[in-house]
Amino acid sequence: MRQIALTFLLVLTSFGVQASGGKSCGQIDCYEFEADLQDAASMQRGAATFVNYCMGCHEAGYSRYERVATDLGIPPEMVEANLIFDDTRIGDLMVNAMPESDSKRWFGVAPPDLTLVARARGADWLYTYLLTFYEDPDRPWGVNNLTFKDVAMPNVMFELQGGQKCLPGGDGDHGACGHIEHIADTGRQSPEEFEQTVRDLSNFMTYMAEPAALERKRLGVYVMFFLALFMVFAWLLNREYWKDVH
Amino acid sequence: MNALIGLRDWVDDRLPIVRAWNTHMGEYWTPKNFNFWYFFGVLSLLVLVIQLLTGVWLTMLYVPTAEEAFASVEYIMRDVEYGWLLRYMHSTGASAFFAVVYLHMFRGVLYGSYKKPRELVWVFGMLIYLALMAEGFLGYVLPWGQMSYWGAQVIVSLFGAIPVVGEDIVQWIRGDYLISGVTLNRFFALHVVAVPIILLALVLLHILALHHVGSLNPDGVEIKKHKDESGKPLDGIAFHPYYTVHDIVGVIVFLFVFCFIIFFLPEMGGYFLEHANFEQANSLKTPEHIAPTWYYTPFYAMLRAVTYPLFGVDAKFWGFVVMAGAIAIMFVLPWLDRSAVKSWRYKGWMSKVAIYSLAVSFLVLGYLGSISTTPGRTSVAQVFTVVYFAFFILMPWYSSAEKTKPVPERVTMK
Repeated sequence: MRQIALTFLLVLTSFGVQASGGKSCGQIDCYEFEADLQDAASMQRGAATFVNYCMGCHEAGYSRYERVATDLGIPPEMVEANLIFDDTRIGDLMVNAMPESDSKRWFGVAPPDLTLVARARGADWLYTYLLTFYEDPDRPWGVNNLTFKDVAMPNVMFELQGGQKCLPGGDGDHGACGHIEHIADTGRQSPEEFEQTVRDLSNFMTYMAEPAALERKRLGVYVMFFLALFMVFAWLLNREYWKDVH
Repeated sequence: MNALIGLRDWVDDRLPIVRAWNTHMGEYWTPKNFNFWYFFGVLSLLVLVIQLLTGVWLTMLYVPTAEEAFASVEYIMRDVEYGWLLRYMHSTGASAFFAVVYLHMFRGVLYGSYKKPRELVWVFGMLIYLALMAEGFLGYVLPWGQMSYWGAQVIVSLFGAIPVVGEDIVQWIRGDYLISGVTLNRFFALHVVAVPIILLALVLLHILALHHVGSLNPDGVEIKKHKDESGKPLDGIAFHPYYTVHDIVGVIVFLFVFCFIIFFLPEMGGYFLEHANFEQANSLKTPEHIAPTWYYTPFYAMLRAVTYPLFGVDAKFWGFVVMAGAIAIMFVLPWLDRSAVKSWRYKGWMSKVAIYSLAVSFLVLGYLGSISTTPGRTSVAQVFTVVYFAFFILMPWYSSAEKTKPVPERVTMK
């Protein structure tokens, strides 16, 4: 009976919440992150990080350079000079030259396309994932990830971030490995700078997952205003006709 | 103007357009006491039109092959001018269709709209609902995301539970040994050609049958019993202009909600567009949690609630039977209701309790069907599956045994 009452309560109060077992980001709960699609400078920096660090192995095969350039306000010449490293044209899709058969051999699994990963996994998942690599000598690349256990991906931003260790206790609480600490004096960026790099990258990838998001919301405001105005006239018309119904 | 009238008369001499207009609009006498619940019929029609129009344009741009389907949807979302709008209108429209149809059906239950002489209106409506479920399922497979693929896998494999011929049926539906491009091709054909034609024909029959017997109203009073000298029901008003202007107001309120979702919440927190569906279909990678879209979840919960094998046939088959039965039993509703009155306003307390229980069980099952199972949740689902069926199976008894209130002669405006 209590089960029933409880379930009923759940239905009434939390219909919008998708309940699922376990933590929201693998072994831990996701860090708080809300993408900011208004911050063009951040997304531009994120785009640079994306082509430099991600696109060696991953593709964004549904996205075009030109669309990114237009939406983020980057002049096309700058994109061609700084974001495209081969003879790809600006109107092309953001693909790389790595054959899938090779990548499967090198990593055990082909690196997934990243165009939509922020929509499939969630922006906060992505942000958390990028921050939770830690050193693990048992793994082929010497790193593991708290958000994505035994992931096949190496920590490609190691030169920026430096090393991280996993220590007991904390949110994860899995015996010897529960929370992450930066190894002092490693990496080109300080932990704060690296957090900003990941924030920029997550912002960019959230934008890339749905490039129409900003336009959608902008247009939506006009649509709602139009409907409100239409409502006034429709209601007056209705009142006029229904005067004679008693 | 005179030329237009001339043209109208010329056509009318050859095709009775004036009579058709009068029968269905200008002199279709509609009860004057419709309330909020009576908006959902016209809203269903509106959503149908939205789906047909956006569907036509999406079909121009979508590529129905396993290799290209997912990419072509992203092409629509990115490279086609306002393609994202077409796609969100269509995906939100699918959910909106079920939302308004469920409310429309529940209206029928509340006011006894299915009762004599409107049994056929109800049966055609149920057939529309059935076609709609097929249409929704087929359409969900087309974007070829992970949930499209695995949802199709789960639903199609249900037929495999049928003893002896099950596996052959499954193969026949898929056209392959697994869900593949062949399946996608045929689902596309069914989604854009076959089912819409059936749907349109059924909608026509639904409306023709309704306009023949006339609309009921919240009081369950037949307005045709009291007519003036000219034959117009005293409590009736012309559908046009009274209900056309009235419905425009309802349409705008609906569009407020509809457009708000399209422009500000197109994924609806994963209920309208599931997160896993932003990943391309992969036959080698099963998602952790497979749930059908929200409008099927009550039936999915009933399917999963059946956990006992019976007569040596495994539980999955009986779950399938229960699920199919849950839909089939709705068809015979007009013959289960033995009440002397139509509207729940004048029915006894037992009918009211039954109607509330139906609504609660449907919502609870809908919620349970969207989340993963635990033994506790399965027990709850079993209880509410029984409650759902009890509404129908016990109806001949409680609807005739209870004491009803006197029904007014004429409609009331409360």
